[in-house]
Amino acid sequence: MSAAPPRIVTLTDLRRAATRGRRTLLPKQPKILVGMGTCGLATGAEEVYEALLDEVQRRKLNYGVTPTGCIGWCGQEPLVDLQLPGQPRITYGRMDARHARELVRGVPHGDLKPKWAVGLLTGYENPLTGRRLRYSPQRARVDGVPRYEDLPLFRSQVRWAARNCGVINPASLDEYIARGGYFGLHKALSASAPAGIIAEVASSGLRGRGGAGFPTGKKWETVARQAATPKYVICNADEGDPGAYMNRTLLESDPHSVLEGMCIGAHAMGATEGIVYVREEYPLAVTRMREAIAQAEAAGLLGANIFSSGFNLRIRITKGAGAFVCGEETALIASLEGREGEPCQRPPFPAERGFCGKPTCINNVETWADIPLIVMRGGEWYAQLGTNSSKGTKTFCLVGAVKNTAMIEVPLGTTLRKVVEEIGGGVPEGRRFKAIQTGGPSGGCVPEALLDMEVDYESLTSAGAIMGSGGMIVMDDSTCMVDIAKYFLGFLADESCGKCFSCREGLRRLHEIVSRITEGHGSEQDIALLEDLAWMVRETSLCGLGQTAPNPLLSTIRHFRDEYLAHVREKRCPAKVCRQLIAYRIEPTLCNGCGACVKACTSVAILGEKKSPHRIDDAHCIKCGACLEVCQPNAILVE
Amino acid sequence: MGAAAFDGILSGFRERPESLIPVLQEIQTQYHFLPEEALRAVSRRFKIPLTQAFHVATFYNCFSLEPRGHHQVEVCVGTACHVRGGQRILDRVLRELDLPGNGTTADYAFSVQPVRCLGCCALAPIVRVDQRTYGHLKQSKIPKILQHYRSLAEVAA
Repeated sequence: MSAAPPRIVTLTDLRRAATRGRRTLLPKQPKILVGMGTCGLATGAEEVYEALLDEVQRRKLNYGVTPTGCIGWCGQEPLVDLQLPGQPRITYGRMDARHARELVRGVPHGDLKPKWAVGLLTGYENPLTGRRLRYSPQRARVDGVPRYEDLPLFRSQVRWAARNCGVINPASLDEYIARGGYFGLHKALSASAPAGIIAEVASSGLRGRGGAGFPTGKKWETVARQAATPKYVICNADEGDPGAYMNRTLLESDPHSVLEGMCIGAHAMGATEGIVYVREEYPLAVTRMREAIAQAEAAGLLGANIFSSGFNLRIRITKGAGAFVCGEETALIASLEGREGEPCQRPPFPAERGFCGKPTCINNVETWADIPLIVMRGGEWYAQLGTNSSKGTKTFCLVGAVKNTAMIEVPLGTTLRKVVEEIGGGVPEGRRFKAIQTGGPSGGCVPEALLDMEVDYESLTSAGAIMGSGGMIVMDDSTCMVDIAKYFLGFLADESCGKCFSCREGLRRLHEIVSRITEGHGSEQDIALLEDLAWMVRETSLCGLGQTAPNPLLSTIRHFRDEYLAHVREKRCPAKVCRQLIAYRIEPTLCNGCGACVKACTSVAILGEKKSPHRIDDAHCIKCGACLEVCQPNAILVE
Repeated sequence: MGAAAFDGILSGFRERPESLIPVLQEIQTQYHFLPEEALRAVSRRFKIPLTQAFHVATFYNCFSLEPRGHHQVEVCVGTACHVRGGQRILDRVLRELDLPGNGTTADYAFSVQPVRCLGCCALAPIVRVDQRTYGHLKQSKIPKILQHYRSLAEVAA
C-alpha cells in the first residue's frame, strides 16, 4: 500500500476518483486480467497470475497484470483476459502457467493466440449509468473468436447485480467509482429525502433475493417507521444452500456494491450501524469484504459525516459458525447476539424488534447490490424487466449436468428451458435431462414437462419448488430422485436446530423411511406415510426451514412417483444409484483385460488374468465405482 | 494448559455476550478445537454461564470439543457434488485413512469432515485440504493427495 487514499467528501472528489479508476480500468498500456474468485483460485489462477507477472517483468514489458472477480464462466476457469488499448478484450479459458507465459511472449509480435480464446468483448454495459465501458469499436473482431453477444451463455443475460463482476479489480475502490459506484450514495444523501428513496425502492418491485421474496420497500418502510434507536442494517451473506454461490461471487468480485447498497438503506431507514454476516466457509469473501470496508472508511465513504451530510454509518463483519439455519433472519440475529441459532416466533419481526431488540433491516447480498441501481435509475426503470409480480433480474448458479456451468443473471420471467438449454447448453451428450432442482434444500425438483415455466417467485412455488437464493442444479438420468430426496432430508435433519419437535423428529423419521425405500425394504404404504408425515412437518414447524423441508420430498413424489414405485415394487433403482439395489458386472465381450480396474479396486473384488476378460466378485464388491472411473472400453456395467 | 494460556486471545474481545462466537472461533482457529479450560475461561471472563458456552460450542458445526488433526480434509457433499459422486469420494477418503466414519486419525495427521457446499459447484466433486481446493476430483487421485500431506508432515518432523 502506498500513501493513504484521498478522502472523498464532495462530488468533485468522487469524479476525481472516477478519473483515477478509469486510468486503470482502460489503461494506455496492455492489461492482463486474471479471474481470481474462489473457483478460479481452486483451478490454479494463483499460479497463472504469478507466471504472468514474472513473464512481464522478465521481458521488461510495460503491461499491467491485475486480478479481477468472476465473470461467471465457471466451467472455463481459470480465465485470463487480454486487453490491448483500443482493441476488444479477449478471454482465454482453462489457462495454465505455461500457456499464460506463451500468451505474454506472443503479444509484442501481435500473436494473440486466437485458438485459446473463448470470447471477445468490445464493451460492457453499465446498468448504473446506462453507458458502455468501451474497449474497442463495436465492430472490431478477432478472427475465429466468438463475441460474448453471440455466445448462448451470455447473449440472454442481463447483468445488473453482477454489473462489475469480472470487469473491475475488486480491491480497487477507484475502479468501482469509475463504473458509477458511490454516485448513488451521493445522490441519496444530497438530493433525496429518505422517504423518497423508500418510495423508489417500493415502486421498483424489488423483492428479497434471499429466497422468500418479501417486498424490500415494505420492509424498509416498517423499519423507517420505528421510533426506537439505534437501528441496524444487516447483510445476510450466510449463503447456506448447497449448489448456490451467487452471494460469494458478488462479495468476492464487487464488495463495494453491497456496501453502497447498505449505506443507502441505512440512510433511508435511519440506521447507524451495519453488519455483514458471512459464512465462514467463504474465507476469500470475508477478506475482500474486510478490505473493502477498510478502504471505504479510509476514503470517508463509511464512518462519520459521510459526504458532509451529517450521516454516520459503521459496518463490521461477523463470520457465521457453520449452521444452515442461521440464514433464517431470527436465527441469524440470535447468532449475532452470541446465542445458538434457533429461530423465534414472528411477529415481532426483526424490522420492529431485531438485533439487540432494536429495529433491524436484514437483506440478502444481492438485494443490497441492486439498491444503487434503483437509486441511480429509478424504480420504474428497474421494474421494466420481470413479470407482473417479480421485477428485475436475478442471479442463478447453473450447475450439475449442464455443458456450461456458470453464475448467470437473467431477467425474472425467463423460462427454465431457456436457462437450461440455451444458456446452460443442455445436458452433455449421451444423457437425458431429468429435472432441475431450485431453491436448495427448501426447494424442489422441476421435471421436463414444466420447463416452459417462467421463473418467478409464484410460478416456482406452484411447481412445488421455490425461488430460493438461486441455486439451480440440473440433473440427468443418472440421478435417482429418491436418492435426492434422501440426500436433502439427511441434510435438513442434520441442520434442524431441534427447537420444534415436528421438524427435529419428523425429518429424521422421513429420512429413515426414504432410506428404507432406497435399500429395497420399502412398501407402497411408505409413500403415503411420507406424504402424511411431510404435511405434518410443514404445518407445525416454526420457521422456514421446517415449513419448506418437505419440498424436495413432496416435489419428487409428485413429479417422479414412478421412480418411487420402481424402488418399492420392483426393488429396482432406474437411475442405478441406490447401492443396495444395484450390482456391478463386467461385460466379457467388451473387457480387454487391461487390468486397470484391478489396480483401482480397493477391495480386491475384481478377478481375472491379464489380457482375458475379468469378472467381479459380488461378495467383495462394495460398489464404490472406482473401477468405472478407469475402465477405458466401458466394459463395467451397473445393473 | 492453564486458563492463563487463553488470556491473550480473550483480551482481544469486548466483554459482552456478542463476543462469544467470535472468541470461540478464534480459539478454534488457533487450537483446532475448544479445550475445556478455554470454555471455562471464556465463561468466567465474559460472565456467560458455562452451560451457555457449551450450548453454543456444540450447536455450531465449526466448533469441535475433540482435538482435530493436523490437516483438515473437508469433503464437499453439497448437492452438485452429491450428484457427481461426492459421497463416494468421502467414502474413499475414509477408507484410505482407515477411518470408520468422520473424525480424526489415530496419529492426529488428518481430520475428515463432510461439508455442505464450499461454493465451487462448477468444479464438483471437490475436496478442500486446509486452504487448498481440489476440483473435478476422481477417486483415483485421492491416495496421491493424502500422500502429499503425509510427506509434508514427515518433512516437518
